Amino acid sequence: MTTHRRRSRVRPGARPPLVVLPLAALAVAFLVVPFIALLQRVPWSSLSDRLRDPIVTQALRLSLTSAFSAMGLSLLFGVPLAWVLARTEFPGRSLLRALVILPMVLPPVVGGAALLFAFGRRGLFGGPVFDHTGFQLPFTIWGVIAANTFVALPFLVVTVEAGLRSADRRLEDAAATLGAGRWMVFRRVTLPMVAPSLAAGAVLCWARALGEFGATVTFAGSLAGRTETMPLAVFLALQSDRDAAIALSLVLIAVSLAVLVPLRDRWLAV
Amino acid sequence: MLSADVRLRLGELDLVAAIEVGDGEVVALLGPNGAGKTTLLRAVAGLQPIDAGRVTVDRDVLDDPEAGIFVATNDRPIGVMFQDYLLFPRMTVVDNVAFGLRARGRSRAAARAEAHAVLDRVGMAALARAKPRELSGGQSQRVALARALAIEPRVLLLDEPLAALDAGAKLHIRAELRRHLAGFHGARLLVTHDPVDALVLADRMVVLEGGRVTQQGTPAEVARRPGSPYVAELVGVNLLSGTAAGERTVRLAGGAELVVADPVPGPEVAVAVRPQAVTVHRDQPDSSARNTWPATVADLAADHDRVRLQLAGPVPLVAEVTPAAVADLDLTPGAEVWVSMKAVDLAVYEH
Repeated sequence: MTTHRRRSRVRPGARPPLVVLPLAALAVAFLVVPFIALLQRVPWSSLSDRLRDPIVTQALRLSLTSAFSAMGLSLLFGVPLAWVLARTEFPGRSLLRALVILPMVLPPVVGGAALLFAFGRRGLFGGPVFDHTGFQLPFTIWGVIAANTFVALPFLVVTVEAGLRSADRRLEDAAATLGAGRWMVFRRVTLPMVAPSLAAGAVLCWARALGEFGATVTFAGSLAGRTETMPLAVFLALQSDRDAAIALSLVLIAVSLAVLVPLRDRWLAV
Repeated sequence: MLSADVRLRLGELDLVAAIEVGDGEVVALLGPNGAGKTTLLRAVAGLQPIDAGRVTVDRDVLDDPEAGIFVATNDRPIGVMFQDYLLFPRMTVVDNVAFGLRARGRSRAAARAEAHAVLDRVGMAALARAKPRELSGGQSQRVALARALAIEPRVLLLDEPLAALDAGAKLHIRAELRRHLAGFHGARLLVTHDPVDALVLADRMVVLEGGRVTQQGTPAEVARRPGSPYVAELVGVNLLSGTAAGERTVRLAGGAELVVADPVPGPEVAVAVRPQAVTVHRDQPDSSARNTWPATVADLAADHDRVRLQLAGPVPLVAEVTPAAVADLDLTPGAEVWVSMKAVDLAVYEH
């Protein structure tokens, strides 16, 4: 038995049932047409100037920084959490799992408000910290990263937990009989087994953070150059400068495709 | 020497069993599914905590709940070859074998060099850089054995070493495993549900049923006085001794010749064949068929939904058939029949 994931290939000549094709075509059209409409409005002649606009470059830098930071924090804290959920038995585990998934189903604005009550300048924890040190999360890049991590972390935890559950634990037993301690078992056996879920979880997490809007605007505000990420900039520009909004959207699409397309076949097929 | 007195409850299983395996000895732990064989093996390896009892290797206590002693799996001097072999799928063959040496602190280069030497002993050096998915069942087994032996354990545990193989490959690989096992001098404990494995590979059998040892001894001792219906069926395996009469031919004591699927391993051999693998015909099968001869039904005994036939003739045999076959072939004591056996159903080994 091997634990390899091989993508199953469609048999050559296998023809899908007739009813499938038009429905699939409609789904594709629904997903693709908006982008065509957007592309058709791109102000190609002034595009390069717009892309050099500090509003765009700052927003892009902020978005990438916060999305990658959220991904890093999610890996740091999410992998141990996924391990606890997948590998330990304790009362209240299902409740804990529900709490972890909550930010996935909650409207992000609610999450942002909750963050404000916890870590805002007058928040449960944020208040005392601000009083003693003058440090606050809202309206800073740290606030953006916190909001991004809050909504993105569950994606990583859920994916990695599923990976850990489906991993063949007997391989870990085999490693232990060969003299490997817990850390070596984790590093050389468990981690390679869950690598596809880990990568898929990280990409999902990154993508969710990159597109994050509601929690960010609620918790971190929308200060140009400080907390105004790409999605926020797009939304604001739509109301004043439509061409700028389109240029920003184009950049977001390009960045997302650049990350997702090379990874899709290798990692997202878990 | 391995000594295990294991008492534990796990789900439905209530395991209370004590076994000892001396150095240089191969003991087969036999029993039906769910008897607790694999659980006992896992307890010895430290993968399954015991409720009470004691596991020792030589003078080292590995597990003794009353004394508060538990040596972790990775600190036990025990090598395990698992069912399905469980090679690490993303590592090459040589890195699989080097894994245990790396865990013991050898440098990468030293571990690989030693791993190569061990692979060479089992004839797998040429495939050192292959990935496990490129290996056949028999090759995987040899790598799994090399991996377990590379750490130079004092005890070797084998969990259903042949269950993952198809019937055709099994015969050959069983003989090969017997040869490789002979090169290890510690205690060897082998879990199997196949009596032929036990006959071919083991010096002594321990029968485990419902979590209890119901019988133990050499195959001959156990066969003489079967302690339970399960054991009776188990040792109902036909054991024929003979001499090599060709590369794949064995001459039996009665003069009949058997064609076997594998090269005959030595001058004096034994052939094991299950009663279920003996086919009974009313008329002579196709005259070109091999391994067929006339016989007389000496006795019939119903055993659950099967009928066991004692067959007299040049080669005394036990055959197992369905009641329907008894009616179809009109099998009564004294009936003249023909028996036949397929070469792949014959396990031949040095005697």
